[in-house]
Amino acid sequence: MYHYTDFDDAFLKERNAQFRAQVERRIDGSLTEDEFKPLRLMNGLYLQLHAYMLRVAIPYGTLNSRQMDTLAMIADKWDKGYGHFTTRQNIQYNWPELRDVPDMLDALAAVDMHAIQTSGNTIRNVTADHFAGAAADEVADPRPVAELIRQWSTDHPEFQFLPRKFKVAVTGAEADRAVIKAHDIGLRIVKRDDEIGYEVVIGGGLGRTPMIGKVLYDFVSAEDLLPTLEAIVSVYNLLGRRDNKYKARIKITVHENGIEDIRARVDARYALIRDQFTGIDQQMLARIESDFAQPSFRKADVTPYHNTYQHDPLFRSWADTNLADHRNPDYAIVSISLKAHGKTPGDATSRQMRLMAQIAKRYGHDELRISHEQNVILPHVHKGDLPSVYYALKAEGLGTANIGLISDIIACPGMDYCALATARSIPIAQEIATRFDALKLEHEVGPLKIKISGCINACGHHHVGHIGILGLDRAGVENYQITLGGDGTEDATIGERAGPGFSAEEIIPAVERIVLAYLDLRNDPAEEFLQTYRRLGLAPFKAALYPEAAQKVRENAA
Amino acid sequence: MPKPFTPKVITANALLEGDVIYLADNGWTRQLAQAEVLTDEAHADLRMIEAAAQTDAVVGVYLADVALEGDTPVPTHFREDFRARGPSNYAHGKQEQF
Repeated sequence: MYHYTDFDDAFLKERNAQFRAQVERRIDGSLTEDEFKPLRLMNGLYLQLHAYMLRVAIPYGTLNSRQMDTLAMIADKWDKGYGHFTTRQNIQYNWPELRDVPDMLDALAAVDMHAIQTSGNTIRNVTADHFAGAAADEVADPRPVAELIRQWSTDHPEFQFLPRKFKVAVTGAEADRAVIKAHDIGLRIVKRDDEIGYEVVIGGGLGRTPMIGKVLYDFVSAEDLLPTLEAIVSVYNLLGRRDNKYKARIKITVHENGIEDIRARVDARYALIRDQFTGIDQQMLARIESDFAQPSFRKADVTPYHNTYQHDPLFRSWADTNLADHRNPDYAIVSISLKAHGKTPGDATSRQMRLMAQIAKRYGHDELRISHEQNVILPHVHKGDLPSVYYALKAEGLGTANIGLISDIIACPGMDYCALATARSIPIAQEIATRFDALKLEHEVGPLKIKISGCINACGHHHVGHIGILGLDRAGVENYQITLGGDGTEDATIGERAGPGFSAEEIIPAVERIVLAYLDLRNDPAEEFLQTYRRLGLAPFKAALYPEAAQKVRENAA
Repeated sequence: MPKPFTPKVITANALLEGDVIYLADNGWTRQLAQAEVLTDEAHADLRMIEAAAQTDAVVGVYLADVALEGDTPVPTHFREDFRARGPSNYAHGKQEQF
């Protein structure tokens, strides 16, 4: 993985020293809150409902054991012994005190980590496929180019005050595990006549006005990528609306001006700036690529895996749901579920973090990934080690066999923590998971993605959930709207709103009615929820959700 | 006709810890029950000016509606209820002290 250079170290040290001085000046009264707020946001520090929150970037979701150990240490020393992994491959600490934050940032810098541009109207943490470098279906590892984009965008002088925040995601595979079509810029590595290049998608986004990204270019060569990105963000920086916060994202710029107009502007800008990119970026990329060399996979006996698979049904269930195909047939990609039934989605205690670090070091070529689905990935585990890994994880509450199932829920922090939220998300996720665990139905139901947001900003990706839940404040009461049929993959689709919302008490039975209707409606157990939905549409699910309305329709027809 | 003034408290976050705080008769308190209940609009305006001026100690001062149970202020909106108590997934925040 990427190791900071002397330049990176010096930059971060200076930046942290600046922020330390800014915090001191805020505390001694030299800076007002209005002056301090943009400075703290640029360094990832929010003031939330009950406390400050520090959002730390995990670039393209990649960590080593030393970094994970440091995240655990920070949780113990300056927070309440846990951290929350987010849908943008960040970790959030919910309880830091202002005076401690500079020390936290120094501790992060010691392991090549930072919180820069995890907030504010800047280019945010660049995210990537969490199976990067390991997936069997990959054209190329997206992380080197993601790292190049991180370096290009960090402290980029032209892009520190964009109209609004700007999110970039990269995938190296046909299967989109990075939700690239719901990003301001989505990049997919493609191959044309043996040349590696990039499909560039722009103008995707969720939030108040959800939009699926549009293809701006179907092939951009490697050396043209940064100038193209610079041209896109530059056009957006000038054209994007600054009069209305809700119309300021590039999705609205694309929508209002049309993709052809944007393409013409980007082409013109590109022609103007192309000469400034002399090829140094490609030399840097080559150096970065060498940092991401594939680990030396070992040859060993895989029999322990097959034996345990045969004899331990719990291991078998976990292996069936939590493992994915690795490009090396003797290896597997392990998804560690941070969704134990009844627990907070995406939270890990410091003990759990340390255990995952230890396992990664011992069995996983020292690599860990954070997924946008709020789980932790061990990308390279030899199959012979899987039983040892599973039993170690299970002992610390990390052995839940539910990846991709109904209890593997994405949930934003919601009104339990977030100052912007209009309703809670976490308790709804906890109750749905607990309920379906009690029903013992989730393995029979099969793949089903529930995503919950506690406000219209859609951090919980509810628009692209197979079942999406949006928490709102309706006349001073929490109310939950359901959308159905959303999809965050390469077939990205925005879910359809099912109808009137439900109270906090009603929402769990409502979800249960949808799932039971699916079990009745599916052709056979191989037809997944989303396939059934696409075959039949909203109507039969709506009838199950609103039985009284359906009854009235029947009576009127009679 | 202007809406009648309903009981309110002044609330904010503490600059150093970020804690939810309420204006009391003598300075700030962390407990809603100890907050000064404002029932007169002109007096509330005056107290807001005093509170907002304390920029070296507090952040984001605003008026929050309360109902009275006897003399004790209680939140009328669920957001203020969570602020007064803490998150629902862990016994963190103010509920740690209860």
